[in-house]
Amino acid sequence: MNETLAEAGVETAVTTDASSCFARFVNVQKSYDGIELVVKDFNLDIRKGEFVTLLGPSGSGKTTCLMMMAGFETPTHGEILLKDKPISGLPPHKRGIGMVFQNYALFPHMTVAENLSFPLEVRHLSKAEIKEKVDKALAMVRLEEFGDRRPAQLSGGQQQRVALARALVFEPELVLMDEPLGALDKNLREEMQYEIKRIHASLGVTMIYVTHDQTEALTMSDRIAVFNDGIVQQLASPDELYERPENAFVAYFIGENNRLVGEVSERIGDDCKVRLDSGDTVIAKPVAVSGVGSRTTLSLRPERVSILRDDAAERFDNQFTATVQEVIYLGDHLRTRVSVCGNDDFILKTPNAQGCGEMRPGQRIQVGWSSDDCRALDA
Amino acid sequence: MSESSAAPLRTADGVPLKVSLRRAVRRSRIKALLLVAPLLVFLIIAFVMPILEMLWRSVDNPEVSTHLPRTVSALEGWNGESLPDEAAFAALAEDLRQGQQERNLGLLSSRLNYEKSGMRSTISRTARRVGSLEPPYRESLIETNDTWGELDTWKLIKREASPYTISYYLSAIDRQLSPDGEIVKVPEHMQIHATLFWRTLWMSAVITGLTLVLGFPVAFLLANLPMRHSNLLMILVLLPFWTSLLVRTTTWIAILQSQGVLNDVMVALGVIADEARWQMIHNKMGTIIAMTHILLPFMILPLYSVMKTIPPSYMRAARSLGGKPFLSFRRVYFPLTIPGIAAGGILVFILSIGYYITPALVGGQSGRFITNYIAYHMQTSLNWGLAAAIASILLFVVIICYLVFNRLIGVDKVKLG
Repeated sequence: MNETLAEAGVETAVTTDASSCFARFVNVQKSYDGIELVVKDFNLDIRKGEFVTLLGPSGSGKTTCLMMMAGFETPTHGEILLKDKPISGLPPHKRGIGMVFQNYALFPHMTVAENLSFPLEVRHLSKAEIKEKVDKALAMVRLEEFGDRRPAQLSGGQQQRVALARALVFEPELVLMDEPLGALDKNLREEMQYEIKRIHASLGVTMIYVTHDQTEALTMSDRIAVFNDGIVQQLASPDELYERPENAFVAYFIGENNRLVGEVSERIGDDCKVRLDSGDTVIAKPVAVSGVGSRTTLSLRPERVSILRDDAAERFDNQFTATVQEVIYLGDHLRTRVSVCGNDDFILKTPNAQGCGEMRPGQRIQVGWSSDDCRALDA
Repeated sequence: MSESSAAPLRTADGVPLKVSLRRAVRRSRIKALLLVAPLLVFLIIAFVMPILEMLWRSVDNPEVSTHLPRTVSALEGWNGESLPDEAAFAALAEDLRQGQQERNLGLLSSRLNYEKSGMRSTISRTARRVGSLEPPYRESLIETNDTWGELDTWKLIKREASPYTISYYLSAIDRQLSPDGEIVKVPEHMQIHATLFWRTLWMSAVITGLTLVLGFPVAFLLANLPMRHSNLLMILVLLPFWTSLLVRTTTWIAILQSQGVLNDVMVALGVIADEARWQMIHNKMGTIIAMTHILLPFMILPLYSVMKTIPPSYMRAARSLGGKPFLSFRRVYFPLTIPGIAAGGILVFILSIGYYITPALVGGQSGRFITNYIAYHMQTSLNWGLAAAIASILLFVVIICYLVFNRLIGVDKVKLG
């Protein structure tokens, strides 16, 4: 078994140079029915100890990628490498990858301690070792008292912790998580995000995490691969993704986003002028536009738009008059929906600071933004 | 409690809350009762009452006390150490004379014949001549028939004077009361019921085991195949239900008999010689094959309903944690199917020990079940008391199975379909 693996490894090793990569997806494709590709040409290099999140809407192929890594699905094309060895021929139980499932998949007929000792028993560890490791794992997720309970007697958050402990108890180098926090309520979810982050930092394991929740992805990940329609739209760190989305989907999917649609009319140095469908002209930063005359979607974060006082001098290269449609009071900040440049759903986010004048629906205000914050992306 | 009686809660118009609630639910209760009433009445008449009747008949013992009332009262003070005195013989003669006139000694003679063979002819012969007998009856009766001179005969009459008897139950398990009132085994050549009970039980266990072995993979496929395929498979599983039981059983006769399809094929293929055809029907094997086939859906359906609720992620989790396929199955999947196995097992077992038609048709002599003997005693030997006792024992066995099952697994965990 090992020999054949090594041979196959040599073959692919020629084409790979990044030997520092812990896990790699190389040109992976997956089709279930032979008609449609669920995953189209997926490439990802994961470094040791990294926390990588596959983020995307449901049906985008992210869970399929995780299942291929775990060995429950076989790639239709391409190769998955773990420590530079292809693992396509390796059955799941020989991969040594820990996995946390969406609904935890805790064995209901076993106690918490039995659940945790299962992976150790199948590895033929001694009783004393098993006990020690189980106790350690329970302590890690702060459930020392719950070893004798059945999963059904635990709360959702506790079950989640047990699932996490079970995936880690046999000390795998790679842990996969398939929307592990999906079933928890908001507060618990946030708490668990920090918990997982803490465990990741303290153990130094490599984690691949699948979620459709962008906040979760931004909070926890070292890098995020944004999936849509079977391909990775952008692979970058959280701040990079938020600040510098490379296409309209990423901009739309990560964080809140105002969209203005138009056509590139002129290039001025590093910037470009975009003539919107409403007739207004906006100066923007070209990111994914091919040239003059091409259609583009401008992406603008709500918090990067300022409301200008009447007496203020011209400070931004984009300044327009907007009509307030709706003001939503959110405590620390105000969300204001305005009509500007032909877009009725243009959102402004302003801190609820002193001196912020009151706004009423129907009121006309001046808004402005820098061309640096306004990214011209694909249509 | 005292508080609530001191100041009961009242609704807005002053009616106590409890009364008001009772009024509110009474209507819906009556409605519900009316809805189930036809079925309830039907069940009571067709199910509950026959069972009570059966239980009653299995201990009912009216014959001696009805037909020999004088003899019974004459024997009241008798100590049973020597033959009774003249008064008892005279009472017997009088009872038999009256019975002969009214021509109703048949039941009595059959009843006593169950306990002591030869009693039937003793009573009928004596009854025929009792009109011409002269006192002293002690001598003349013994002269008519020696049996009246036996101490055991009189002990039997005294014992069976009681309106209840356990002798049917004893006879159902091949035991009888000796003249001295001890429970002893019947002679070996007459032992038949205990063997039949054991055969019914072990063959039912074998049939249950076979349905489990054959049904488990099918149920697993049903629960795990994609919807399109599993629907087709489900139809195949349910197909036997749409075919008459009699047709299915006789089909097996056509297939398995010595001139049947299977034997013909085997002879044609040269697997067996023409004169050495397999005997697969009218014996235990025939019963087991046919009943396994017929009862298979009753195993598959409860198994399927349990397996359907086991998410595939359990097996995946076990595999990802390092469990080899078989070990994962044994440690994780299999234990979760136990409620289904138990439900299917108890269902098939209970149905099996009470099965009648199939063993009757394909069981021959060696593959018969206890039910076939109940039918025999009902229809041929007309010993309804014994039939009732055997049937009651069967009922107790089923109840015990159910209680054990409920204790171990819990009936509430069982879902059918």
